[in-house]
Amino acid sequence: MLPFDPLPLAASASNLLAAREQMAFTLGFHIVLSCLGVALPATILVANYIGLKKGDEAALELAKRWSKAMALTFAVGAVTGTVLSFEFGLLWPHFMDRFGAAFGVAFAIEGIFFFIEAIFLAIYIYGWKRLGGWAHFWSGMPMVITGIGGAFSVVAANSWMNQPQGFTLDATGKVVDVEPVQVLLNPATGYEAPHMILAAYMVVGFLVASIYAVGMLKGRRDRLHRLGLLIPLTIGLIATPIQLFVGDTAAREVADHQPAKFAAMECIQESGDHQTEYVGGICTSDGVKAAIGIPDLDSYLVGFSADTKVIGLNDIPDDERPPANTMLHLAFDAMVGIGTALLALGAWTAVVWWKRRDIPRTPWFLRIVAVTGAASILALWCGWIVTEVGRQPWIVQGYMRTSEAVTDAEGIWFSFGLVLLLYAALGTGAVLVLRSMSRRWREQGAEDVQSPYAPQREEEPA
Amino acid sequence: MSKADAAAAILWAGATFYALFGGADFGGGFWDLIAGGPERGQRPRDTIQRSLTPVWEANHVWLIFVLVVLWTAFPSAFSAIFTTLYVPIALAALGIVLRGAGFAFRKSIVGLQGRRAMGATFAISSVLTPFFMGTVVGAIAAGNVPAEGNGDAFSSWIQPLPLLIGAMFVATGAYLAAVFLVGDARRAGDEEMERYFERRALGAAVAAGALALAGLFALHSEARYVFDRLTSQGLPLVIVSLLCGAALLVVLLRGRRRPLRPLAAGAVITVIWGWAVAQFPYLLPTTLRIDQAAAPDPTMTTIFIVFAVAAALVLPSLGLLYTLAQRDLLE
Repeated sequence: MLPFDPLPLAASASNLLAAREQMAFTLGFHIVLSCLGVALPATILVANYIGLKKGDEAALELAKRWSKAMALTFAVGAVTGTVLSFEFGLLWPHFMDRFGAAFGVAFAIEGIFFFIEAIFLAIYIYGWKRLGGWAHFWSGMPMVITGIGGAFSVVAANSWMNQPQGFTLDATGKVVDVEPVQVLLNPATGYEAPHMILAAYMVVGFLVASIYAVGMLKGRRDRLHRLGLLIPLTIGLIATPIQLFVGDTAAREVADHQPAKFAAMECIQESGDHQTEYVGGICTSDGVKAAIGIPDLDSYLVGFSADTKVIGLNDIPDDERPPANTMLHLAFDAMVGIGTALLALGAWTAVVWWKRRDIPRTPWFLRIVAVTGAASILALWCGWIVTEVGRQPWIVQGYMRTSEAVTDAEGIWFSFGLVLLLYAALGTGAVLVLRSMSRRWREQGAEDVQSPYAPQREEEPA
Repeated sequence: MSKADAAAAILWAGATFYALFGGADFGGGFWDLIAGGPERGQRPRDTIQRSLTPVWEANHVWLIFVLVVLWTAFPSAFSAIFTTLYVPIALAALGIVLRGAGFAFRKSIVGLQGRRAMGATFAISSVLTPFFMGTVVGAIAAGNVPAEGNGDAFSSWIQPLPLLIGAMFVATGAYLAAVFLVGDARRAGDEEMERYFERRALGAAVAAGALALAGLFALHSEARYVFDRLTSQGLPLVIVSLLCGAALLVVLLRGRRRPLRPLAAGAVITVIWGWAVAQFPYLLPTTLRIDQAAAPDPTMTTIFIVFAVAAALVLPSLGLLYTLAQRDLLE
């Protein structure tokens, strides 16, 4: 720390960048764990239900194993989520100061959902031995509802940053009146919340399925692995077409209400009709280079007609244009591309299943499923890059710039470095522990694959 | 009572729950830390782990509750606190990450080496986290957080009062944990552990009492406003706290078991509300009053609704969790 600031502007710009990087990194880390918190309970309960209904020991064993893994990911997610709440104050104190009163209610509601989820998660994961089968199953149900409710309310807060409404400012910019319902049900919540909840189900479905696909490729073809592949894969594949529909709607809404974001993610330089849809490429101020262009398609996608006018970056003031257009454009394309590929995988699987009640025989099927987990996480990150970087330079669209929100505290690069090290250890630790759990299960092998409810089953009426 | 005062009361209620349950969890980590080598410390560590495992995550959520109510109902106070005390707050956050990860990983690791490393991480951060949280509370009470924020990053909390309150947080957590663990050991029929934690409850009670006394002197010199009100309007609560503490010592020394937990909780709850009374009507003594920091009325109304829903749904669920845990139906 110097007693004077030799480059005040440069220093504050650098602080802003450090704060944005730290927020993006911690959010990107947490979002994967929150997907597990949102959608893993339902996946586990499907296996649990099959196990109880059909007396299927393999399905029960899967539910038990997944719930043990969830105990770990939920614990890590709880602390990385706490870090995010601290970061609101540590990195963006002026944002919270000015708008906490308006959009904080969304977090208050999310807090309740999270609380109830944490409670029933504890009851479910630690209740395997002593609670009766069906009582135990139902003790897990609140997790499914609260996971969805929590995702809805926290995404409502983010949607509000994209399409803020439901508050009144006085002449000094202070929030003097709030309509909480308007805040929560801002127009962006309608598409952002379902988009995120479906994303969570896709990430969890494909991630879990990919783990069992790897196992099957290694020659483990028992019933446990088959079910471990089929249950989550079915969930992911059902969510995919709905997701593409929701995402398509979302893109149109973004074109209508956040034209700067839309122009940047589609690389549209000049406003006008008959806009070309570019796939891939590099965005420059005189057009898109090295892209595949499909004439009129962009206009058609936005308004179902080639005559639809789409706003280009030339109509956005210089200081309100999102940065890093090529990255935004490629992130958007990657997300859509991965979604489309997963839809094709679903179609293939459905046709084969309909013909002969089995997954495709070729090893390529398992190889493809094995990468869907990583692919869906990549798509998730890309989506968040589009929505967050695409809103820049605003933190609250049209009301507050990110540069006004950032802390004046020094040393954010230092804290970002520390966070990188800490999270690298956290991520490595989590993966190592999960792998050692999986190895232990394999070594224990068959004798451990007995009814998790074993001692109680005779004594307790389920 | 104005809406702002009611919201402040909700904030304090959340802080009370966190201090009681989260505090006891931190205390569990404290006893884990000083339990000795792997062999000698095995039994107390097992006892601690058994009673912590099913409940620590739910207990942790009270912290989120407090943060969310603070930034929603009193955004300017939240911003002032975070722009001034970011050093101890960031250190507390670091402690929270290490503690949660250490605890979760230790449970699932098989090798002794890894277990010990994770256990140490959990235990050390269980002491550092409440310490830094205590310095934040102490700095606020001392009036070192200016209403407009950006107070001095170091001299605001590296002062006798905040450091003492930090130590008091650690001692109080240890005291609560030891009292809770006496009950848990008794339920498990483990007489040795019962005696073990009984002795530690006594020691922690004396330490917390001594720190509180020292804190009173520091309060007198560093936080005159709070001291004056604590010794006038807040005096009944201070007296009840002292009585609870004294009664608990008598109960422990006589080897009785009831009513250990209510007395320990009573001693802590009365101190927290004594602090609330002593600060009133300030959120940040003596620069920011509750009504000055308050969010608009509709926001407060939403907070009340959320709190009512929490009381209707969360408290019974928590009750169910604690009941199942206390009846050993969770493991």
